[in-house]
Amino acid sequence: MSDSKKESWNSRAGVILAVAGSAVGLGNFLRFPGQAAEYGGGAFMVAYFVAFILIGLPICWAEWTMGRFGGQAGFNSAPGIFNYITRRPAFKYLGVIGVLIPVIIYMYYVYIEAWCLGYAVNFLTGNMDFSTVEESSDFWGGFIGIGEDGSALGFGLQQVGFYMLLVFALNFFLIYRGISRGIELFCKYAMPTLVVLAFIILLRVLTLGTPDPSMPERNVSNGLGFMWNPIKNVVEVKDAETGKWVVDHETVDAEKLAAETSLAEADENIRVRHIGMIEQLFNPQLWLAAAGQIFFSLSVGFGVIITYSSYLAKDDDIVLSGLSATSANEFCEVALGGLITLPAAVTFLGVAGVAGMGTFGLGFNVLPMVFANMPLGELFGFLFFFLLFLAAVTSSLSMLQPGIAFLEEALKINRKQSVALLGLITTLGAGFVLYFSQDVKALDTMDFWVGTFLIFVLSTIQIIIFGWILGIEKGFELAHEGAAVRIPRVFKFIMKYVSPLFLLIIFSLWVAANVFGINLRTGETEYSAYVRDLFIEPNTVAWLSVCLIGAVAALFVFIIGQNPDYKKYQQEDQT
Amino acid sequence: MTALGWLIMLLSVGTVTALLIWCIYMVLTIPDETKHIHGFEQEPPDTKTGDE
Repeated sequence: MSDSKKESWNSRAGVILAVAGSAVGLGNFLRFPGQAAEYGGGAFMVAYFVAFILIGLPICWAEWTMGRFGGQAGFNSAPGIFNYITRRPAFKYLGVIGVLIPVIIYMYYVYIEAWCLGYAVNFLTGNMDFSTVEESSDFWGGFIGIGEDGSALGFGLQQVGFYMLLVFALNFFLIYRGISRGIELFCKYAMPTLVVLAFIILLRVLTLGTPDPSMPERNVSNGLGFMWNPIKNVVEVKDAETGKWVVDHETVDAEKLAAETSLAEADENIRVRHIGMIEQLFNPQLWLAAAGQIFFSLSVGFGVIITYSSYLAKDDDIVLSGLSATSANEFCEVALGGLITLPAAVTFLGVAGVAGMGTFGLGFNVLPMVFANMPLGELFGFLFFFLLFLAAVTSSLSMLQPGIAFLEEALKINRKQSVALLGLITTLGAGFVLYFSQDVKALDTMDFWVGTFLIFVLSTIQIIIFGWILGIEKGFELAHEGAAVRIPRVFKFIMKYVSPLFLLIIFSLWVAANVFGINLRTGETEYSAYVRDLFIEPNTVAWLSVCLIGAVAALFVFIIGQNPDYKKYQQEDQT
Repeated sequence: MTALGWLIMLLSVGTVTALLIWCIYMVLTIPDETKHIHGFEQEPPDTKTGDE
């Protein structure tokens, strides 16, 4: 067991802010609004809150409980904690996933974190004067080196390399200072600052009105409508060759909708379709998107919460703390992210300019152009990207701690040595992502297989350990030690039966849709780009990325095999 | 934005805001908070493992 057991959180508020900081990230302000708008705000929110109750909160409480339980025995990482709880040799190897996920995600997350810092600095220095989204996209492409491998290695103010060095140094400086003097202290200041910045930007966005009188449909109200209206109005045109109806665009503005309805009545090749909430809820993709957003948003299944909670004392509350951290994240996502990003973008670009934009497109192509055209745009652009930067740092810090804890525990080394070793591993990985920047292929591949696929796997393992191996009664007993509030009894049933089943269904659907490329509505099949990159049209960078993941996993497995503490627990159990 | 859109937005934002306020209230009013304070790095690991 590790000496890191002696580390601990300084206060309940500190641990709550640290866990909330881990959860609040770019996904809250960029990914959530895009997903909600794509699947029709109202319907998406129904699925989102269902996923929150059935998998978000249960896995969160399970992680907090198992982490604190394992921490009492001196284990601070998923392999040690799984091994201690289950006393089954296989589970310490499955626990590797709980270290692999944060370490690998850190390698590319720090790259994105550097974009945020770089954008904040460039707004402040007046380099972000765009008049079109194309100009903004060109800047982004040059900044991150999307055109050619190796082109992101520059160290000028308008190249990501310089910022990457800065954020890497900041992360390791804070993580070296430890749990309470590094992570907790930073989050105590960063999280309130982040919320204040978000409120300032929210106030600015909600008072934008109609900035261009010649385009009255581009206003805040329609921006909010695009995000939250439960009924989607889409204009479809009939394909001349196939005779099938194809979606042309979505309309939010009431006057424009009336005009298009009149047009459709006069032209049999055009129709306006109103897609209601019930119809949208029958779309399996919507449920996948909502469940996926809950995972990314709450940081459940990342291997982070289980490590953070292992530093708590036996009588520390975990039920209220877990709920508080979760609710802080939900507030940032729904109440702040949901009211800022899309309303601002639609107000300047209209629905057509925003629809279908991915997370990066919305955040780094559309929004910079929006801020550039806003009164006091340089200031608000700086504030927004500095907000994203703070959110990213509190998240990336949490990604390092599981690796630090694992190395300290498994190799019996101190924090200084573990920071140095993890620094070496992540520098190689982040350097790989930075170098292979063309089409963000390395980032994209690692995000798919680790940042999405393995998170589903780890979440499933965790909820099964909690509900079926530790046992739901024992799990609840442990969760309630020192608890300030009680978990409702209905969650016993949910955590034992509903959560694992719901997870398995969602995971199966995800594999069908995103690995085998089965369209869940039409049944048509086309292998996903990630599978094609590996087996059908092999891509060197994709293969190298997978090999890097495999090499790190193999290293961790080898380290585990050398640790006598894990074997001791198995032997004690057997005798 | 339609009336239903306003309703969905207010319900969603209101729910998460109410939950957060309740949690903050509970965290701040629970009396035995001091029991859980462990001190500031009671035994910094780097000074206890022979690296200095």
